[in-house]
Amino acid sequence: MTILRAVGLGKRFGDLAVINGVDLAVAKGERIAIIGASGSGKSTLLRCLNFMEVPDTGTIELDGRAIGVDKGGRRVYREFELTQVRQRVGMVFQQFNLFPHMTAAENVMEGPRTVRGHDKQAARERALGELARVGLTDKADTYPAHLSGGQRQRVAIARALAMDPEMLLFDEPTSALDPELVGEVLNVIRALAEEGTTMLLVTHELGFAYHVATRVIFLAEGRILEQGTPDQILKFPKEARTRAFIESHRQFTF
Amino acid sequence: MYSWDFTPVVANADLLAVGLINTLRVTGAALVFGVALGLVLALSRLSRRRLAAWPAGFVIEVFRTTPPLVQLFWFFFALPLVIGIEMTPYMAAVTTFSIQSAAFFAEVFRAGIESVERGQWDAARAIGMNHAQALRRVILPQAVKRMIPAFMERAIELMKTTTLVATISYADLLFAANEVSQKTFRPLETYTVVALVYFAVIFLASLLARRVEFAMARSGEGTLR
Amino acid sequence: MRWDFASVLAHGDALLVGAAGTLRIFALSLVLGLGLGLVVGLGRHARRRWLYLPATAFVEFFRNTPVLVQIIWFYFALPMLLPFAISPLAAATLGIALNSAAFSAEIYRGGIQSIDRGQWDGASALGMSWAQAMRRIILPQAIKRMLPALTNRAIEIFKMSTLASAIAYVELLHQGKLIASLYFNPIETYTTVAVLFFVILWPLVQMSYRLERRLKRNE
Repeated sequence: MTILRAVGLGKRFGDLAVINGVDLAVAKGERIAIIGASGSGKSTLLRCLNFMEVPDTGTIELDGRAIGVDKGGRRVYREFELTQVRQRVGMVFQQFNLFPHMTAAENVMEGPRTVRGHDKQAARERALGELARVGLTDKADTYPAHLSGGQRQRVAIARALAMDPEMLLFDEPTSALDPELVGEVLNVIRALAEEGTTMLLVTHELGFAYHVATRVIFLAEGRILEQGTPDQILKFPKEARTRAFIESHRQFTF
Repeated sequence: MYSWDFTPVVANADLLAVGLINTLRVTGAALVFGVALGLVLALSRLSRRRLAAWPAGFVIEVFRTTPPLVQLFWFFFALPLVIGIEMTPYMAAVTTFSIQSAAFFAEVFRAGIESVERGQWDAARAIGMNHAQALRRVILPQAVKRMIPAFMERAIELMKTTTLVATISYADLLFAANEVSQKTFRPLETYTVVALVYFAVIFLASLLARRVEFAMARSGEGTLR
Repeated sequence: MRWDFASVLAHGDALLVGAAGTLRIFALSLVLGLGLGLVVGLGRHARRRWLYLPATAFVEFFRNTPVLVQIIWFYFALPMLLPFAISPLAAATLGIALNSAAFSAEIYRGGIQSIDRGQWDGASALGMSWAQAMRRIILPQAIKRMLPALTNRAIEIFKMSTLASAIAYVELLHQGKLIASLYFNPIETYTTVAVLFFVILWPLVQMSYRLERRLKRNE
C-alpha cells in the first residue's frame, strides 16, 4: 500500500537545480535509506516530502490524494494544507531543534497539545509513554540544556512519534553527535524499524543502512542514480559513481 | 473639507530657516561639549581613585535617570539663582544638553574601552608604558573606531532632544513654528512642514550613520551597539 | 541663601496630583506603544511587501521625528482636520506611544530574528501554523532577550511624560512649574521634582542593568 508518491519533483535555489526530476513511491513498512555526496540534494529531497521546502515542479500524493492545486500549469499550495501534511509526516533533524524553554516531556507534549488540541493530562501521559519508548523516562522533567546530544535526539524522536505520523523522515540524525553517542540513537531507530515504522533515512552510516533499510537510494546531482536492496546498492553497486561513493565511505572492513 | 494653504508658511520661510539654524547651533555645541565631557566622565568613572570615580558616577546616573526637560528647567530657572549669573536660553540649553549627552556618551566610551582585549593593555605595559600612555597610544585609537556607530546614534538622539529648548523660548525651529503658526493662523500647514523638515534632517543624518556603520562592517571592524 | 522647601512640601498634594497624571500617561503610552510596536515589529519581520513597506515607513518616520514636535502637531495641527478638539492627554499619549511603537518594533524584530532558524523548523515539522509557532515557541524565547531593551524603552517613556507639560497637561513637571511660579522658589521646586523622578526611576534603571548583565552571561 503506497503511503506517499512523488512524481517529477524539482527544486531550484536561484540558478541551481538541487532536485532535478525525482520519482519516488514509499510503501507502508518500507525503510528507505537515501545516500549520496554533500550537495547531491538528499536533505532537500527529504524536506520536500513534508513541504518544509516547497517543490517547484512535480506533485506529491499522500494516501492517494495529491497535495496542492493546479493553477495555470503551476502547483499552488495553501499553508493550511501543508500544516496538515506535516502532522502526518514526522521529521527528525540533524540539529535536534528541541525547544529550549520546555522540558523533555513538554517538548514531546507540544505537538498533541497545541497542534492536536489534546488536554494537558492526556498529552503528558502520551509524552511519558513515548519517552519510555526511547528510554528516557527519568529525564522527562529535564531541560534540553542538561541533556547529552544523544539524549536530545532521542527526545526529538519521541516528539515526532507523539504525533502518530504515518511516516518518519530522518535528516542525518546522527551527523551532529559525538561518536560514542551515535549508538544509542541508532538503536532507537532500529527498534522503530523492527516495529514496522515507515521511514526515510538520510544518513552517512552505511553499515546501519545496510542492516536496517529495505531499500537504498543513491542520489547524485538531484537525481536518483541507482536504487535497490541494500545488497544491490551497498555491496554490488552497478554505477561507477555509486561504487566510488561507497569506497570513499568504507572506513573499516570487518 | 479643510482647504490647505501653504503660502503663508512659504512666506515665512525665512523665520523657519533661522529657527533651523539655531537648532543646529544648539545641537552642534552640545555635541562638541558632550563628547569631550563624556570622555572625561568615562575616564573618571574607570579610574581607581574614588575621588574621581564617585562624582563622575553620580553625574552619569543622575543625568540618565531624570527627564531632560526637568534638567533644562533646573538649569534655566534654578541655576542662575544658585550661582548668581544670568542664563540665556542658549546657555541653559547648551549646558543642559552637554551634560545630559555626556552622561550617555560616557557609557559609549566605557563600553568601547572595555571592549579592547586585555592583551593590548598587557602588551603596552610590557614595553614600559604607563596607564595614560597605554590609554592614549594603544587603547583609545582602537576603541574609538568601534564606537563610531554608537556615537552617531547618540548624536541623532541629541538632535531630537534639543527640540525641548522651545519650551524655554529659545528661537529654535519648533519655537519658530509656533510663532509662524500663531501669525498665520495655519497651524496644520506650519507644523506639518516643520515636522517634515525635522524628519528630513534627522533621517538624512541617520542614513549617513548607517552608511558609516556599513562601511566599517565591510572593512572588518567590529562595532558596538 | 534662604532655602524654602516648606512651600514645596506644603503643596505635596499638588505634586501628588501631578504624579498621578504622569503615571496615567506612562501607563497609556506604555501599553499602546509596546502593543502597537509588536504589530509593527511583526510587519517589519514579514516577507510580503505590502506588510513590510508600511511598517518600515512607520518606523522610519516616527523614529526620526522629535516627540515634542509630534505632540504639538497632534494638539494644534490635527484638530484642524477633525470636527472635535484633541485633549492634552490624547495628544501627548499619541505622540509618545507612536514614537515608542516605532522603537519597540525594532526591538521585537531583532528579538524574533535572533531565534535560531531551527526552532521554526522544529515547530513547522510538528504541523504548527505560523501563529502557533510564534505564540508557543518563538516569542517565549525572544521575550527573554528583549527584556533589557524593552525595560529601557519603558524608562524612556516615563521620562518623556514630562513633554506633556508643554501643552499644559497636569503631570509632575507641570505642577512643579506652577509651584515655582507662585512661590519664586525654582531651586527647591525643580530639585524636588528631579529627586522625585530619580527616586521612581532608579529601581527600574537598576533592574535594567541587572537584566542586561544576566542576558550577557547567558549568551
